[in-house]
Amino acid sequence: MKDILAELHERREGARLGGGQKRIDAQHAKGKLTARERIDLLLDEDSFEEYDMFVSHRCADFGMENNKPAGDGVVTGWGTINGRMVYVFSQDFTVLGGSVSATHAQKICKIMDMAVQNGAPVIGLNDSGGARIQEGVDALAGYAEIFQRNIMASGVIPQISVIMGPCAGGAVYSPAMTDFIFMVKDSSYMFVTGPDVVKTVTNEHVTAEELGGASTHTKKSSVADGAFENDVEALAEVRRLVDFLPLNNREKPPVRPFFDDVDRIESSLDTIIPDNANQPYDMKELILKVADEGDFYEIQEDYAKNIITGFIRLEGQTVGVVANQPMVLAGCLDIDSSRKAARFVRFCDAFEIPILTFVDVPGFLPGTSQEYGGVIKHGAKLLFAYGEATVPKVTVITRKAYGGAYDVMASKHLRGDLNYAWPTAEIAVMGAKGATEIIHRADLGDAEKIAAHTQEYEDRFANPFVAAERGFIDEVIQPKSTRKRVSRAFAMLRGKQLKNPWKKHDNIPL
Amino acid sequence: MFDKILIANRGEIACRVIKTARKMGIKTVAVYSDADKNALHVEMADEAVYIGPPPANQSYIVIDKIMDAIKQTGAQAVHPGYGFLSENPKFAEALEAAGVAFIGPPKGAIEAMGDKITSKKIAQDAEVSTVPGYMGLIEDADEAVKISNEIGYPVMIKASAGGGGKGMRIAWNDQEAREGFQSSKNEAANSFGDDRIFIEKFVTQPRHIEIQVLCDAHGNGIWLNERECSIQRRNQKVVEEAPSPFLDEATRKAMGDQSVALAKAVGYASAGTVEFIVDGDKNFYFLEMNTRLQVEHPVTELITGVDLVEQMIRVANGEPLSITQDDVKINGWAIENRLYAEDPYRGFLPSIGRLTRYRPPAEGELGEGIVRNDTGVYEGGEISMYYDPMIAKLCTWGETREAAIEVMRNALDSFEVEGIGHNLPFVAAVMDHPKFISGDMTTAFIEEEYPEGFEGVDLGEDALRRIAAAAAAMNRVAEIRRARISGTINNHERRVGEDWVVSAAGQSWPLSIAADKDGSDVTFEDGASLRVEGDWTPGDSLARMTVDGGPLVLKVDKITHGFRIRSRGADMKVTVRSPRQAELAALMPEKLPPDTSKMLLCPMPGLIVKVDVEVGDEVQEGQALCTVEAMKMENILRAEKSGKVSKINAAAGDSLAVDDVIMEFE
Repeated sequence: MKDILAELHERREGARLGGGQKRIDAQHAKGKLTARERIDLLLDEDSFEEYDMFVSHRCADFGMENNKPAGDGVVTGWGTINGRMVYVFSQDFTVLGGSVSATHAQKICKIMDMAVQNGAPVIGLNDSGGARIQEGVDALAGYAEIFQRNIMASGVIPQISVIMGPCAGGAVYSPAMTDFIFMVKDSSYMFVTGPDVVKTVTNEHVTAEELGGASTHTKKSSVADGAFENDVEALAEVRRLVDFLPLNNREKPPVRPFFDDVDRIESSLDTIIPDNANQPYDMKELILKVADEGDFYEIQEDYAKNIITGFIRLEGQTVGVVANQPMVLAGCLDIDSSRKAARFVRFCDAFEIPILTFVDVPGFLPGTSQEYGGVIKHGAKLLFAYGEATVPKVTVITRKAYGGAYDVMASKHLRGDLNYAWPTAEIAVMGAKGATEIIHRADLGDAEKIAAHTQEYEDRFANPFVAAERGFIDEVIQPKSTRKRVSRAFAMLRGKQLKNPWKKHDNIPL
Repeated sequence: MFDKILIANRGEIACRVIKTARKMGIKTVAVYSDADKNALHVEMADEAVYIGPPPANQSYIVIDKIMDAIKQTGAQAVHPGYGFLSENPKFAEALEAAGVAFIGPPKGAIEAMGDKITSKKIAQDAEVSTVPGYMGLIEDADEAVKISNEIGYPVMIKASAGGGGKGMRIAWNDQEAREGFQSSKNEAANSFGDDRIFIEKFVTQPRHIEIQVLCDAHGNGIWLNERECSIQRRNQKVVEEAPSPFLDEATRKAMGDQSVALAKAVGYASAGTVEFIVDGDKNFYFLEMNTRLQVEHPVTELITGVDLVEQMIRVANGEPLSITQDDVKINGWAIENRLYAEDPYRGFLPSIGRLTRYRPPAEGELGEGIVRNDTGVYEGGEISMYYDPMIAKLCTWGETREAAIEVMRNALDSFEVEGIGHNLPFVAAVMDHPKFISGDMTTAFIEEEYPEGFEGVDLGEDALRRIAAAAAAMNRVAEIRRARISGTINNHERRVGEDWVVSAAGQSWPLSIAADKDGSDVTFEDGASLRVEGDWTPGDSLARMTVDGGPLVLKVDKITHGFRIRSRGADMKVTVRSPRQAELAALMPEKLPPDTSKMLLCPMPGLIVKVDVEVGDEVQEGQALCTVEAMKMENILRAEKSGKVSKINAAAGDSLAVDDVIMEFE
């Protein structure tokens, strides 16, 4: 018995060493941690339960039969984050470059199946050279098995991908279908075709970092939802995100003790709207002052900054926030911001996370680049997402809510549960100047008359009361009491039940 | 007594005057420009009159507008505060003509003291010690040597038209006087086209010490001790105190008596300040007299118990002084720190904008002393580009200078200002500077001690350990809360460990925490243990802790694996990690900040109006690169050295944040 136990111990030790000390050192030299070290940082101490430690591949070509490391380049299992269950797979670059074989994929699929069955998130730590070429179609089949599971798990359990090394070719499509992608700056990249192929086909010279580094994907492509300085920070921040998310779509979002006064009055919000309607202000200040403890987890912070998306807590419970940002493009909606916010709203709806919307939107961004880019259908995504969402929806109009963008931004007409406005709100088809120039076209030559007409339009519509008279605004609230009013609104909506008609699935304008 | 007074000023001084008026049962009228519509002084006053656009020359210093406001409201007297119209004889004249009392000295006194040459003459006549010098023009080098000998070395040879150090020479002997005269003359001729030269005594180890005087219209005058204002940055006072750590009783009395003599010589009737320069041997020389209430008057009030504004109002009302020279004592010590909206890490660049957070320490008793905060702003208010960027005057009082400094340190630690850059870390650093603590400073203090500007504060090992212990205790609270989230697996909850590694300022301390219901004992690797108590909970931006029996107040922001902590002028990341996390974090490469010497960074949040160059352009030093609009002002950014533009990251219409890279050079 003792010998057998000793052998188990020895085998485990061997498996834990992955590709051996030399490769571990090489991994460290690149500023990267090993698969197991990463799991140590992601999960609560000593909570990791590993499975399939001794799985090895079945390939017998190109000499692979002589190189069958235990674990096959990926570490899988489950553990806890602050005591809540998550499943995790962590690709081991020190073992065959973390390449995906049939068995490597099989390990990942096993825990994904468990995650869906048992209702807990899957977190994938990606660090892989790609498909194991020696295996040919077996490796591709393995990828596809993972893809299919990503698709089936979507909207059932949260799926989070952290790109911590290379992720190229077919490998990118599994993270692409998960809910969130995070990257590590300087040590990770993602692309469908690498710099060499790009050069051959299009004659563009581009580095891997430029083509698919963290900066590219957080600022330009919007593929990634966030980027962090290094492995340690990335994994700590993923833990922080998981604290906001429900474990699955049958559960309510988590609640935790909070140390903030629900009735906290923020007098400074009474002066946040500048006197001049064209002067911007920072919407993030409002979000931070409304949130419990000023804690805000922003998603896609560096992309389409004219809209802000992310998670806060109110009374300890997760709330998704969508807010126009007047500091960027005056807070206009455009293709990028509509896509960003639509995806966020749908995530929240899928996982029963209530949505708080702060509105200061002068309309959609005009121009050929927008129209040629299909702003009609992209803008419709956000409209669609808000309209189909059945979670509690509370909206606060702080200043401008003009035209179609007013309708889009979680208006009453899209089943907004509570639609508040600050006294500074202006709800109209367009700004007074534009409106006057259309209504009083005949007087366009007469500056004095136009000024008088503009004033008239402003007096009529540059306020929240016309909308409030019609019940489109439930209540005009004081800016300083926003936290209290919004918290009470969500408290009132805790029992909300709303179902859309049965359908196979909708046909959102993709 | 007056029923109603108007305050022809804004900001903290307007609020200050309103406070005293209110105490005296006098109604107040504020005036305000467009930029001050929501200002605190408007809110505090009983009435407020709008007087025009933001620039002071279209509102606060337009005499007609103030006169209109007086007419409109029926105010019987006007307090001018400092700056603006406070030393404008025409304003005093206009008030006189309208039969409205001016809460300040007579017009004649303002005029007499308003001119440098006249005031020096009057001072000499009143036997006030003035800087020895020869005001006449000097013909040649021989005369320069002769006069220098009469004055006594060292002397300063100065161009009449001089400024900015040009045409200025210090001479310690005949030879230097001869050479200095010639070179000053040449330089002055070249720089100013005016080669007139004069010579005066060069004051070594100069300190700025001023005497507060108070006179009535009945010929009574007293002095209320001195204030030392040697800590200045480019002639702007930053730290003031009363009394001076340098003066002895005899010097104080001599300065006081001379000051009163000067005031009487010009028929002074109000509160005023006589400024002196004092050398290392306690020789003092008259500089000028300020015929108004000084910014730093609170320190005098704190040590004498006299409300100077009240006295000014009473004097203006024709009352004789109710205090005699014998009544004036020095009670304890007071220090004032001026909080400016100037970013000390960026060469004290003015930083304007919205105060997203403004929480001054509570006024009144703090520890062994008293806190007083004179301010004109509030949370959510705006620091405007149009006026002085002063946020507040934080004053503390203690029995001794040491006590007053200690109270100041604690008050600064709990003073929260966010949204704009400000000099709070800098003044906190000064409060801990050995030279300041010893009281051995000159007006060159900032120049000499911070020659490269302010680069933050490095705390000593003891202070860091106290912070590390507090951070560990706070982190424990935060981690336990995280583990108390809903949805955990029964019986498999996370247990928060006792062993942690705290890192800050390039050092690491492995430590363990043993918590009980009142606090925790934090034990370091070397066995040293610190007791930490405090009621900090996650989200609190201010942690008031007791560490090892002593108070520790920290400004706290949450960051990954720890906190950003600000204390005593230091601003640092403090991480608290489990031993395993710390072990792995140590493997992470240190990322050097990008070399910004070949980049043009956006110096302020703003909008790119225009980019003047293209990729590939060779630019010369001083050439305009682009224009950034911030707060309605266009700022032209110029090349600091010549080079070739390799990349442009911004285009007209882009809005940028501070430090965004606008363009790069080869």
